[in-house]
Amino acid sequence: MVLQVLVVAAGAPLLAGLMRQVRARLEGRAGAGVRQPWRDLRKLARKERIAPHGTGYLFRAAPPLLAGTTLVVAAAVPLVTAASPLDGVADLFAVAALLALGSVALALGGLDTGTAFGGMGASREMTVLALVEPTILLAVFALSIRVGTTDLGAIVTETASSPLSVISPVSLLAAVALAVVTIAESGRIPVDNPSTHLELTMIHEAMILEYAGPDLALIEWASAMRLTVMLGLFTGLFAPAGIATAGAGPIMLLVAVVAFALKVALLGGVLAAGEVFMAKLRLFRVPELLAGSFLMALLAVAASFFLA
Amino acid sequence: MTDPVYVQALDLACGAFLLTGVLVLWRRDLAAIIWLFGLQGVALGALIAVRGLHEADVELTVLGLGVGLLRAVLLPCLMRRALAAGDEGREARPHVSVAASLLVTAVLTMLAYAVSQPLVRLAPTPATQAVPIALTVLLVGFFVLVTRRRALSQVVGFLLMDNAITAAAFLTTTGVPLVVELGVSLDVLLAVLALQVLTTRMRAAFGGTDLDELRELHD
Repeated sequence: MVLQVLVVAAGAPLLAGLMRQVRARLEGRAGAGVRQPWRDLRKLARKERIAPHGTGYLFRAAPPLLAGTTLVVAAAVPLVTAASPLDGVADLFAVAALLALGSVALALGGLDTGTAFGGMGASREMTVLALVEPTILLAVFALSIRVGTTDLGAIVTETASSPLSVISPVSLLAAVALAVVTIAESGRIPVDNPSTHLELTMIHEAMILEYAGPDLALIEWASAMRLTVMLGLFTGLFAPAGIATAGAGPIMLLVAVVAFALKVALLGGVLAAGEVFMAKLRLFRVPELLAGSFLMALLAVAASFFLA
Repeated sequence: MTDPVYVQALDLACGAFLLTGVLVLWRRDLAAIIWLFGLQGVALGALIAVRGLHEADVELTVLGLGVGLLRAVLLPCLMRRALAAGDEGREARPHVSVAASLLVTAVLTMLAYAVSQPLVRLAPTPATQAVPIALTVLLVGFFVLVTRRRALSQVVGFLLMDNAITAAAFLTTTGVPLVVELGVSLDVLLAVLALQVLTTRMRAAFGGTDLDELRELHD
């Protein structure tokens, strides 16, 4: 499990770099290289710690809280290995709550600055979050009904032992819902554009506009980890091939790490390539998209009762 | 057809039936809505054909193919012609916003499930357990009929209800007599033809098919 956290912590900026690189290549630019996010983080971490005038402890507490919750989620979610010492405590509900806690902390930090942008970003983030969190819960819950437990590790182990069970209406509906939510949660196009600073469109960037130096580095790192964890959870739930189960030897763990890195890199590459061909959705259309994904998740739960 | 394969095929057909029905609410583009309706016709045909293959009933299988052909090819073709004749390609502003109507659909799904429980308990087989899906599509169709403005989307809502009634009939019984089903299908075809004539007349008289603008009498 320590290995899993280390892989996520070290690999997340590389994934962000890879996605930027794929995008740059498809747009005909040379790109900054896969290791650029790490270099950015190093540069930011060396800078002086600065907080805007009039901000309180909420502003300072938000980045460590975000990074901390994300690290705990990275430990609890079955990414490299389905066995976790947090089993029994960290089930689906705990993971969703931890993700929400991180988002709320960041939104409060954005509000604490008292600027227009911070408040706007926070309110938009809450709008998105209000539909994203129930969808995550419902989509994974639909998958958990078959297994009979909300423990994520058990769900993944069960799917790994019978890979063909993925081809059912329940899994397909849940997969679509979870894919939309993954994109929304990690703030990618078409819900949010991670590379824009245009006040009409930004969500995530608006909240962190006032952060600088090590705080900003922490937030960037945590967002990259969130993306990695969400993509990892997605692959774990629907394509768990190669994942290590309880009691696996060191070689199996190595295979699992490589498989995890490959799957997440592939998914990230596809996501980045898809973004090139897509425009950002208008903000007023975003709840429509998310309501659609919520409905899919609900139908997945309903279908698992209808078609039992 | 063996039992596990039958159940899986039936579930897939029902899943596709439900999904296409719900997606109709999500899209604003009328061409996409018609396309989705065609897909639902395919799912309905497959559903009946799967039932027919399982019961080893040739008549039912052929009926499934016929129903699929009518609802997946003929009706969408007619509607596409009506769409091409008009100028409006989008459902601009439905009475209930799309996000809200999707959430209403969630409630309708639960309602359909609650209402159909006594029906399922009468004879719990894989087919009757899927009856809530047919009821959900029925309610969604009615919702489309009530909340959309364009005549064409209302036609799709009406046809969704008819699809759902057919699906419910084939899921609860081993099959409606061929003559009855033929009569119903022809009725639907006739209704669509009549509606097509009606929309053409409406467009000629009022210049649009937004039904809300027809509240005042014209000379």
